[in-house]
Amino acid sequence: MKEKGWKEIPLGGLILEAGNAEKYATGGWRTYRPVRDEKKCNDCLLCWVYCPDSSIIVEEAKIKGFDYEHCKGCGICSAQCPKDAIEMVEETKFVLQEKGEQ
Amino acid sequence: MGKIVGLTGDETAAEAMRQINPDVLAAYPITPQTEIVQNFSQFVANGVVSTEMIRVESEHSAMSACIGAAASGARAMTATSANGLALMWEICYIAASYRLPIVMPLVNRALSGPINIHCDHSDSMGARDSGWIQLYSENCQEIYDNLIQAIRIAEDKEVLLPVMVTLDGFIISHAMERVEILEDEKVTEFIGEYKNPYSLLDVDNPVTWGPLDLYDYYFEHKRQQIEAIEKAGEVIQRVGKEFKEISGRSYELMENYRLEGADLVIVAAGSTAGTVKAVVNQLREEGVKAGLLKIRAFRPFPVREVSQALKNAKAVAILDRSVSFGAEGGPIFLEIRSALFEEAKRVPVVNYIYGLGGRDIGIDEIKAVYKNLERIAQTKKIEKLVGYLGLRE
Repeated sequence: MKEKGWKEIPLGGLILEAGNAEKYATGGWRTYRPVRDEKKCNDCLLCWVYCPDSSIIVEEAKIKGFDYEHCKGCGICSAQCPKDAIEMVEETKFVLQEKGEQ
Repeated sequence: MGKIVGLTGDETAAEAMRQINPDVLAAYPITPQTEIVQNFSQFVANGVVSTEMIRVESEHSAMSACIGAAASGARAMTATSANGLALMWEICYIAASYRLPIVMPLVNRALSGPINIHCDHSDSMGARDSGWIQLYSENCQEIYDNLIQAIRIAEDKEVLLPVMVTLDGFIISHAMERVEILEDEKVTEFIGEYKNPYSLLDVDNPVTWGPLDLYDYYFEHKRQQIEAIEKAGEVIQRVGKEFKEISGRSYELMENYRLEGADLVIVAAGSTAGTVKAVVNQLREEGVKAGLLKIRAFRPFPVREVSQALKNAKAVAILDRSVSFGAEGGPIFLEIRSALFEEAKRVPVVNYIYGLGGRDIGIDEIKAVYKNLERIAQTKKIEKLVGYLGLRE
């Protein structure tokens, strides 16, 4: 999202458009990333119920994955999962992987 | 025709508020502000105003209630003093940053401690960076006039900022003076209606108030506030001219009192300006070219107007009724000395801290200041940059 100048934004920090938090990527705040073990998961959808950031992607009552643009890595999904199917993995691991390091 | 009455400063503020007839008044009592709200609550009880009065449990809640009301599209007011203002501090910043045109009489009183109920400007000066417009009043008439103009200034579309109108505790708040009151209809017509374009109660056009605002937009919102308070300078002048049309009394950002050809100038804000005027008149009769620059708007500070008014003086003394601990001089002094830096000719400027905790200031003290200015003008030497008036050694 292109950031606007001070003359273009509403006064007083008001948000005039409902639901625009979706446009604000907060995934960068994450330290731990939820990773799902598809074999353990039984699609009970408790994680979807509990997620405070609506970041569990569900299609036709099946979990498809996480919305990493908005997931802040709070770990609630992992904590409540009755099948222990969600592991919280440190983000640095993925960064190192992308760089081709161990 | 309006009427001429005898009122104390607090009664005058209440009378102005009766005519303003705000939708909401939320307040908590504190000396010497108490009589404003006490008198106003009588108006509410008698049904003379249609105001919803909220008796809150603290000043923090008073300002919070005003914010909720103003964001809902109501014209909201409160009043306080000293520690009351200190308790609403956090919320004062929020009122300004949400751009809510709340108007508040502030009865100047020394901040504790040690505890003191009398006048100085430590309360309002402490809140100088909160984003509020500040108008200082010299007497009861100015309290009345400033409060009515404050509504228009605050609610101007280019401004949308809260305004505090100050009056010196006890000296003005509890002293009875002659006050000219306009007809109710004239005031109603002058202030018009408050319409917040984004009301919380407008369910057809829902908006979010007070969301998190981080490093990516907070700075831009502060820049908007800077723009608004700068614009307020022009608006204060425009509203002052319009107010003259209905009252015959004109108002600027500051008042030049016998400044034409004045060599020795005192700068003061609040009730002391009245005492200085009396001294200026005496000295002028004696052939001394004395003058007064009275600060009305401290925020926004009229930098260009002040330096224009002072640049030809031979010596200037700035009277500050508050201390900025650890700074070289009081808040008004620092402001003016900085403003004069742009002038090609260097004007000698000294500072006097006076009147803390209600310490009286009279004709003799002010004469002594002019005497010192005379010496500075002759010798071109400043012996003491910051002095204390009426302090025992």
